[in-house]
Amino acid sequence: MTSSAPAVRFRAVARHFGAVRAVDGVDLDIAPGEFFSMLGPSGSGKTTCLRLIAGFEQPSEGEIEIFGVPSAGVPPYARAVNTVFQDYALFPHMNVLDNVAYGLMVKGVPKAQRHAEARAALALVRLDSHGERRPAQLSGGQRQRVALARALVNKPRVLLLDEPLGALDLKLREEMQVELKALQRKLGTTFVFVTHDQGEALSMSDRVAVFAEGRIVQVGPPEDIYERPRTPFVARFVGASNVIEAGLAQALGGPAAPCSLRPEALSLLDGPAPEGWASLPGRIEDAQYHGASRRLLVAVDAATRLAVALPAAEGAGLAPGAAVTLGFPLSALWAMEAV
Amino acid sequence: MTTAVLAAPRGPLRGLSDFLLRRPGVYLALLLTPPLLWLGIIYLGSLFALLAQSFFSIDEFSGTIDYTLTLSTYGQLFQLANLDIVIRTVAMAAAVTLASAALAFPIAYYAARYARGRMKAAFYLLVMMPLWSSYLVKVYAWKLILAKEGIVSWAAQSLGLTWLVDAILAIPVIGGPSLSTSYIGTFLTFTYVWLPYMILPLQASLERVPHNLVEASQDLGARPGQTFRHVILPLALPGMIAGSIFTFSLTLGDYIIPQIVGGSTLFIGQAVLTQQGTAGNVPLAAAFTVVPVAIMGLYLWAAKRMGAFDAL
Repeated sequence: MTSSAPAVRFRAVARHFGAVRAVDGVDLDIAPGEFFSMLGPSGSGKTTCLRLIAGFEQPSEGEIEIFGVPSAGVPPYARAVNTVFQDYALFPHMNVLDNVAYGLMVKGVPKAQRHAEARAALALVRLDSHGERRPAQLSGGQRQRVALARALVNKPRVLLLDEPLGALDLKLREEMQVELKALQRKLGTTFVFVTHDQGEALSMSDRVAVFAEGRIVQVGPPEDIYERPRTPFVARFVGASNVIEAGLAQALGGPAAPCSLRPEALSLLDGPAPEGWASLPGRIEDAQYHGASRRLLVAVDAATRLAVALPAAEGAGLAPGAAVTLGFPLSALWAMEAV
Repeated sequence: MTTAVLAAPRGPLRGLSDFLLRRPGVYLALLLTPPLLWLGIIYLGSLFALLAQSFFSIDEFSGTIDYTLTLSTYGQLFQLANLDIVIRTVAMAAAVTLASAALAFPIAYYAARYARGRMKAAFYLLVMMPLWSSYLVKVYAWKLILAKEGIVSWAAQSLGLTWLVDAILAIPVIGGPSLSTSYIGTFLTFTYVWLPYMILPLQASLERVPHNLVEASQDLGARPGQTFRHVILPLALPGMIAGSIFTFSLTLGDYIIPQIVGGSTLFIGQAVLTQQGTAGNVPLAAAFTVVPVAIMGLYLWAAKRMGAFDAL
């Protein structure tokens, strides 16, 4: 074990369930102290990757190292990683304090000490007054924080979070995002966060890996993923970006490759296009008011619909059926790999 | 042409269903009255009639029942010979329950965790099948299996293990001249006959233990034995208690198995049978019957105190 070893390293890892290739040749290095997200639609292999790190699954091929130590054949209970489960998985027959102290209890830490440490962990998630309650008496957000405390009290080298915010309502989810990120900064623990919510992945992570069909399509900082998607899949999944087919992109004066074009790069033109801009006539199919912005869906030809995000002040009074001219700087076209 | 938003009421049944929809209390009363009458009058009524009997006594000379309230019948119950019957029966019921739980757990665990589809159907079939045949046939079958010239001694002879059977039969108290006339035989037959009543509730409760709790326990560093002790067992305990209520109370009250397989000493069920039959001492029979009720009450109270139902 070396200090420079990555927290988690996947080398050509595959996990097959019969004929299903849930994970299919993943290479990955997660740095110590990183907040790393695995983002993808359901069935893309991200949760299986998490379960491989936790030890609930063993790879069919390849190798996983945790801080430089090969993990093949090491059972979950012997790994210095802990998991926050999607539906929390709190023990219903124990109170909150005993739930949090469970990891210390099975390691043989004396009762007084483990309860003191469990109380400190509960204080970390601001639930120190709820130790005597049963999990069933807590709200979803509180259970979530108990699950977090129960994992963190063991001081894991890597904390695995499996869609931990998925069951919470929007407002609570946003609060927990801020709290999680602050906690991670404070503790310096490596977080591996699985989610299908691109907003969550972008706002919290140091780096994001985008999964599709058991493979990693792109890995990088959130800005890269959002602004420079490698494939049309990433563009659509991560940013709800427009994908301009290679033919149309070339006709507009851009590169001869499928290009991504973010909705906020488009604007409405009422005169000729400025130098270095492209213009496109189209017809509005849908107009939605979002408070801070206004979103239009504009059909520019039989096959292409572009999403447009305008500041709310612009485009008032536009209704479906109206003819508009869209414009965007050619530099906003980002050429992707054709897949 | 517009369709009606609310369909017009039609027919008397529709009228009744509308009435019940407006009065959910009446609906509930209609559903519950027949079973409550049954339980209240037939079951609880006879139970209290029985309880009342135990506070009467029998006139030693005339053999008629003296209807003045007295505790003398309970005094009789605590005489050495009768107390012996109670202790023997409770010990047998406890042994049968423990053995059933130990045998049922792996079967129920396999069925709940691993069996899928056809295997699960096969599991239910195999567990239930013994319940399809007559109880008496099974008990007599066991008598034949365990008899001196029966299958067990024949198999032991063929394998050269007669010394082992003899050694087991030589154990004081539970041994005897042959398996079919010893407490061991009674115990084996009881355990066989009541085992399905332990497996089924245990399997149902294990089925309800979410698998992610097992994973969470492993994830937090618990070795398999610790996960079993701290998570699976406590969560399966209500099912095990439910199963033990069956095995325990069925053994406490049975009077046929010890009659057919076992020694000549009495169990509570047989005592009740002889007291209210040949002896004609209905008060003492009633007092004997109160014992299993009291023991089950104590057992459930203790189980609750120990937190057996906390996971419900």
